[in-house]
Amino acid sequence: MMKRRMICLSILLIAATAGSALAQNAGVSSGYPTPKNGFSPAEQRGHGLYLRYCVLCHGVFGDGNGDNAPFLDPRPRDFTAATFKCRSTPTGTLPLDSDLIGTLVRGVQATNMPSWRPLTDENRQDLVAYIKTFSERWKTEKPGDAIKIPPETPVSIESIRRGHELFQKMECWKCHGQQGRGDGPSASTLTDSKDQPIRPYNFAMARNDSRFKCGSENQDLYRIFMTGVDGTPMPSFADVMQPNDAWDLVHYLRTLQTERRSKENEVLKAAGGAATLKSSENKSENNSAADSNGKTHSGGH
Amino acid sequence: MRTKQMLVALLTLLVCPCLLFAGTVSGKVSYTGTPAKPKPIDMSKEPSCAKQHATPITTETVVAGANNALANVVVYISAGAPDEGQVPQQAVTFEQKGCQYIPHVLVMHTGQELKVLNSDQTSHNIHPLAKTNREWNKSQPPGTPPISEKYDKEEFITVKCNVHPWMRGYFAVLKTSHYDVSKDDGGFKLPNLPPGKYTITAWHEDYGTQTSDVTITGNETKDVTFTFKAKAY
Ligand code: HEC
Ligand code: HEC
Repeated sequence: MMKRRMICLSILLIAATAGSALAQNAGVSSGYPTPKNGFSPAEQRGHGLYLRYCVLCHGVFGDGNGDNAPFLDPRPRDFTAATFKCRSTPTGTLPLDSDLIGTLVRGVQATNMPSWRPLTDENRQDLVAYIKTFSERWKTEKPGDAIKIPPETPVSIESIRRGHELFQKMECWKCHGQQGRGDGPSASTLTDSKDQPIRPYNFAMARNDSRFKCGSENQDLYRIFMTGVDGTPMPSFADVMQPNDAWDLVHYLRTLQTERRSKENEVLKAAGGAATLKSSENKSENNSAADSNGKTHSGGH
Repeated sequence: MRTKQMLVALLTLLVCPCLLFAGTVSGKVSYTGTPAKPKPIDMSKEPSCAKQHATPITTETVVAGANNALANVVVYISAGAPDEGQVPQQAVTFEQKGCQYIPHVLVMHTGQELKVLNSDQTSHNIHPLAKTNREWNKSQPPGTPPISEKYDKEEFITVKCNVHPWMRGYFAVLKTSHYDVSKDDGGFKLPNLPPGKYTITAWHEDYGTQTSDVTITGNETKDVTFTFKAKAY
């Protein structure tokens, strides 16, 4: 109870800071605390912005241990590890600046990481320059090459069907569950790389509003499972999935977002609804030994 | 005449001192106290793996043998190794079989190719929780080709499969190929050591590290023992 109130409080606080950010800070790029040792001008400006907007969560040392951190789940990112969830680059590589800036614009869906849309582009670039000073890795390694995303294939019932088979074959359901509700047989055992419990994404939850931590478009969805969500159990599938197959999987995943109006859901409905996919589900479930607790897969609630 | 003889002797020494004086460090790793009992692993959620084990396998955190022997300890030269930077050409292999990692502790040189194989009928995600090196996490469904990777920096890395929470293994990334992993009898052997001063380190996943200094002067075998204190649980 206490915990929840604290979180609400911090969200309010943050919302307030983010709001006033626009007013106070539009285009401002100087007038911050005097330069620290060896920082570039962008890093200096970023430092000032960081102390104002980020330090309460991410901490003075960038290790994710700010004053608010104990009350937050998930915990704020530890920038000293230089491990990031939202990347266009392969698993284990550093993200591009544009990936980090994208995260700042979006915020992180369903977490306490707010959107920093009210800041200016320059502010966000400066912040990214500054958070990169927390890890040596940015000096010794280059970001990976962004994975290539070919043009989207047409949405069709065949594509959705193939995507459903892939969901079985790649065993996404072991974590995400057959209905994508985040309740697969391994779900309750998962921890992130800091040993904090973590839930797989629940596709069916209307509150998610069809958004993901790392975007909301079909392209983003494609990128997410190809690059993986580093620092979490969610692995990369880039080495084991062909580009067109990946689009089929995207189309199927959209039908798990049952509350969302989408081309995918229309096509599936016209073809007879989720029940038409069931036959292959049972088949693959038998030979891949599904949830041992004998869950029924009857659509429902 | 004399200079010529000396030159020849010197040259032989330079070319292969290892052949003239190849010292060996060998010994045993053991424990004192009472180690935690291995726990049986319940694989019923993954029948394709469970059926590969006639009797359920147990956790490998502490593998103890007769006479207090401690297995799975990485013993290596942490200072003075003559081969730092010589990356072996052949790859090391880490296999996922019966929802277990084989070997439980895999040693490799920095920069050496690491091949990860899935011999199971189920998907694994291979997730080495590196901190100094890059942390990656890849899915490997049955029948897909081996994953090829390498690590640039020395580190002991815990390896997990998030789908099968009982799976746990270790990568030991070293700057030398002078290493051994203690066997069931606790034994280890580091051969082919030219004369010199060495620091030998023994690393155990649960009991930590110990070091010992050794000087090799010629063609000799030095005995070194390591004794870890079992953690009380
Ligand atoms: C109210 C607390 C809070 C504040 C304030 C905050 N963050 Fe975060 N931030 C978080 C949390 C929590 C996460 C982790 C989300 C997750 O792991 O899903 C995060 C994650 C991030 C990430 C990582 C995204 C990724 O791909 O892994 C970046 C970058 C980031 N924050 C930058 C910033 C910057 C820059 C600021 C200041 C402008 C800031 N944050 C302010 C809580 C906060
Ligand atoms: C080992 C368990 C596991 C497997 C297998 C797995 N996931 Fe995930 N997945 C997760 C976890 C945990 C998260 C939550 C990550 C987070 O919130 O930071 C996640 C998140 C996601 C997200 C949302 C990411 C975001 O930006 O919010 C998508 C999309 C996703 N998974 C798709 C897939 C697909 C498709 C597959 C199969 C091809 C798959 N997952 C297999 C554990 C898994």
